[in-house]
Amino acid sequence: MSVPVSWYLALSAVLFAIGAAGALTRRNGISIFLSIELMLNAGNLALIAYARQWMQHTGQIVVFFVMAVAAAEAAIGLALFIAVYRQRRTIDVNRINLMRW
Amino acid sequence: METVIFLLFALLAVASSLVVVLHKNPVYSTMSLVVTLFSVAVLFVLLGAPFIGALQVLIYTGAILVLFLFVLMLLNITREESAVTAQKGQLAAAVLGALVFGGMLLLLVLEARRPLDPMTEELVSMKGLARSLFTEYLLPFEIVGLLLLVAVIGATVVARRPPQPGPTVSGLETPEEIEP
Repeated sequence: MSVPVSWYLALSAVLFAIGAAGALTRRNGISIFLSIELMLNAGNLALIAYARQWMQHTGQIVVFFVMAVAAAEAAIGLALFIAVYRQRRTIDVNRINLMRW
Repeated sequence: METVIFLLFALLAVASSLVVVLHKNPVYSTMSLVVTLFSVAVLFVLLGAPFIGALQVLIYTGAILVLFLFVLMLLNITREESAVTAQKGQLAAAVLGALVFGGMLLLLVLEARRPLDPMTEELVSMKGLARSLFTEYLLPFEIVGLLLLVAVIGATVVARRPPQPGPTVSGLETPEEIEP
């Protein structure tokens, strides 16, 4: 007996919600990044589940692109955090509020 | 059998992602995210995407999370400095959001199950994936390559130490000059 696709979608939704909650509540910049990676992965899971349902490769290819973009985002984001840390000696987003209204 | 594997790794993914979000120490969060990504990679293989599962293990856990750990160790961040600040009406909004989310989740799980078509050789094989990647999606593929190049250059420029004012030009010192 195979697992219905909606279970995968439900798992994807749960992972996305956990990631969103983390991104909204954590105050450490790198923890926020980790939560964003979690959300991206939940999206990937949904795409792969739909690719399985419709027997198409397109979902898998989109996941491939999402992974590349996530890698680029992580590289740039972490470089930004290193630069900010060099200036401010912290990456706590409550303290990096120069551009907040 | 498939159901057992799905439930096992789904539970593992949810539990470890909760640790990612709830643990105070970002190093533990990162290690826990490794577990989550491995579990999701297993689910990718179950869904007939073994290549994407391998990419997940190689790129995410092998490259991206190592980068995270590297930066965490470099900056020596072990815990959060400021506590979570409670906003006004946070609890009400959280309860409302959880109710809506739970209802939608319940609908999704109880939804009439359309039986899946049996997995075909064409879906699982890398040949079909590579064919559509390098014909139909060739232009996005090239653009993603360019994006990664830009990201590498950008990260290097952003993270570089700003040039120090002084007699020696940064990067041009001979090893004898650097040694004290």
